[in-house]
Amino acid sequence: MDAHDAGSHHVPLKLYFMVWISLVVLTGVTVGAYYADLQHMAIFAALLIATVKVSLVLLYFMHIRYENKIFTVMILAVLATYGIFIALTFADYFYR
Amino acid sequence: MGQPIGASSAIASPETSDYFHAKKGILSWLTTTDHKRIGILYLGSILFFFLFAVGLGVMIRLELFSPGEQFVDSQGYNRILTLHGITMIFLFIIPSVPAVFGNFFLPILIGANDVVFPRLNLASWYFYIFGGLLALGSVSLGGVDTGWTFYVPYSSDTADNVYLPVFAAFILGWSSILTGLNFIATVHRLRAPKMTWFKMPLFVWSLYATSWIQILATPVVGITLLLILLERVLGVGIFDPAKGGDPILYQHLFWIYSHPAVYIMVLPAMGVVSEIIPVFCRKTIFGYKFIALSSLAIAGLGSLVWAHHMFTSGMADTARVIFSLLTFLVAIPSGVKVFNWLATMYKGSIKLDTPFLFALAFIFLFSVGGFTGLIQGALSTDIHIHDTAFIVAHFHYTMFGGGGLMFLAALHYWFPKMFGRMYKKAVAKVAFLFFFVGFNCLYFPLFLAGMAGMPRRYADYPVEYTVYHRFSTVGSWIMVTGILLMLGNLVYAFFKGRRAEKNPWGGATLEWTVPSPPPTHQFATDPDVSRGPYDYSDEVKDE
Amino acid sequence: MSESIAGNDPAGNGAALSAAGEVSHGMQGQKNHEGHHGGHEEHYDPVAGKIGMWLFLFTEVLLFGALFIVFAVYLFEFTWQFRQGSSELNIPMGATNTLILLTSSLTMALSIALLERGRKALATKMLNATLAFAGAFLVIKAFEWGAKFEHHIYPGSEHLLEKTKGEIVFFGLYFVMTGLHALHVIIGMGVILFAKRKMARGEINPERVLFLENTGLYWHLVDLVWIYLFPLFYLIG
Repeated sequence: MDAHDAGSHHVPLKLYFMVWISLVVLTGVTVGAYYADLQHMAIFAALLIATVKVSLVLLYFMHIRYENKIFTVMILAVLATYGIFIALTFADYFYR
Repeated sequence: MGQPIGASSAIASPETSDYFHAKKGILSWLTTTDHKRIGILYLGSILFFFLFAVGLGVMIRLELFSPGEQFVDSQGYNRILTLHGITMIFLFIIPSVPAVFGNFFLPILIGANDVVFPRLNLASWYFYIFGGLLALGSVSLGGVDTGWTFYVPYSSDTADNVYLPVFAAFILGWSSILTGLNFIATVHRLRAPKMTWFKMPLFVWSLYATSWIQILATPVVGITLLLILLERVLGVGIFDPAKGGDPILYQHLFWIYSHPAVYIMVLPAMGVVSEIIPVFCRKTIFGYKFIALSSLAIAGLGSLVWAHHMFTSGMADTARVIFSLLTFLVAIPSGVKVFNWLATMYKGSIKLDTPFLFALAFIFLFSVGGFTGLIQGALSTDIHIHDTAFIVAHFHYTMFGGGGLMFLAALHYWFPKMFGRMYKKAVAKVAFLFFFVGFNCLYFPLFLAGMAGMPRRYADYPVEYTVYHRFSTVGSWIMVTGILLMLGNLVYAFFKGRRAEKNPWGGATLEWTVPSPPPTHQFATDPDVSRGPYDYSDEVKDE
Repeated sequence: MSESIAGNDPAGNGAALSAAGEVSHGMQGQKNHEGHHGGHEEHYDPVAGKIGMWLFLFTEVLLFGALFIVFAVYLFEFTWQFRQGSSELNIPMGATNTLILLTSSLTMALSIALLERGRKALATKMLNATLAFAGAFLVIKAFEWGAKFEHHIYPGSEHLLEKTKGEIVFFGLYFVMTGLHALHVIIGMGVILFAKRKMARGEINPERVLFLENTGLYWHLVDLVWIYLFPLFYLIG
């Protein structure tokens, strides 16, 4: 493991702005999708776009792209655990 | 005194050079960041709450000695058993092994001088004390009668004061989280050079797996408890059927933590078993990697079975089948551990010393608990025995005969290291015998009573069940005698025991290379980890 | 009183354990901001500090995550009524708040990047901007809640209880989740103020950015939660 921070030194400032622009655009797409009347798909589209935004924040603003792999492993493990919590809870509610 | 300070002689000069005596005065203890002192702080407070909860248990058994309500009415009985549950679970078993022995020994076992966040460690203890005081405070307000599970809708409706105990549990959750956070960071960052993951002692593996459960599961119950408080204060209604809420959802969220919580209780206990058995068999542990990975497997699988507490709640059938299947699966890694422990003993050079007796008892008692857990995990049988005394017996065999027992075992195993003195072994063995006999007399009849229909949490019962209860209550007296004898023996040894040497049991892990008691900074230089934690290959074996 | 931790590299790069009682500043980044009282530390372990912060963030993910599970279950059960409730929320305000938080994440990230490049004054301005955006978020949130209160919509209100069960649950969750989120925004502002003070004193500097990084991580988490809150509450109507 690196003892020093591998983060921001390798991230050009411009990248932060590009990520920000992407996030703003994606927000616009989300709102636009709402007005586009996608009915049942709307919520899934919105969640999908939200997940892309979250990934951008994680990778670039929170530096996961540049950090030691252990952080990526931990985050994925936590998200997998959480996903299983939701899935198993719905094993009840979906089949009521 | 004759011994130079800090000398690595077999018997340290305790008064000046060890962590216990290094600084004097209560304030030095209350502001310490030495992980060993924090372990001792936890030890004192945990023993206090343990004995308090044992007292409540004795009261429960006294009431149940005869049918009818002799000492308390149903409401009073509910309040006693609720406090017994809250105290035992949140103030004793969950913290016990990690907070006392994890704090004291995790850094030493990996060759470090402390945890990564020593001040957070102290904060964790203060959260514990704060939560404990809140729980005791609830007694002064008459107690709460909801059961430690705080099920809605009753916990939203009951006139009893719910705020204090629920808030206490919330605060205690933070204590648990901070401990887990510290341990994970410490295991990742502070292992001695050349101590790779698969050279760590198995106790450390168990603490690591436990810590992840503490991190991931505790917040779920934290927010759920907060929702109960919001319901009572603001009438939010998230679980209130009149407002569209589903009480079963509360149960889901509650058990998403509270089932993994039992693995917080038992994984460290199993870790202690894995430490003790090789030492007293003079043989390396069988299947090290399987035991290490099984800790992670139990933590993982154990987080997926929570709704087996809800088979009769009104859940969908599909969910009940899935959770039943997962419950059966989680028995497998536990079984792996038991087989490996037995294989370790096979052809070992066994010494029946006190810690080893405890470890043997664990295997028996936890297996009884585990097998009865399978009976409960099967949907068909669970319908019959859910909410009966059978369940009470099951979880006492696992949580107490498993988790609680190994807390007492760890005390007997590590006492000489922590305090530099040895207890009277004959007394310890007698006490253990009282405990073991009393434990089984206390809880085994409850399996039978439950199968015969005796409900749990009932102060009164039909006269046909009396024989089970009489047997059980007498068993409680025998067991408590054992506990008091055990603890009395240790307290006596604390003051007057003969001095212990560095390695009274002949263990191979790092704590046995430092003085008894250890100095404040146990490692002046990186320790040599070339001998593995269970390496007894240099022992002369009789053929 | 001396404390001793090893800021050790387990890969075996030869770092010896410190026995001299130095404090490692591996422990930055908790919500309960403890005083990190200066001093010269020999073993500054930013990786350990960052692991600690991420572990704390995981607890936050599960804390809010549990509430999202509640939301998902009731959305599944009361889909139509949740849509009714959602249509009463103000999308422009919600979208504006989303943009505000996204931009505050940008300024937060920039403050760290700038400090690492030695641009302390500009980094401080970025922190100020983050605080300003956070404040603006709270103001808009206050207006939103105020509007609901004016329409007699709040937990336990008679008007709310007359609505359908799904709407009662929806608004109950609305206040709890946006309220808990706003509480985290407020706490985040406090942590940022604390970081500003440390930066002014030089305790945070280009060689020692861990506290600021951890502040950033916390702040981004607050943003992440909102990224999911916004579409789920506002955009299902």
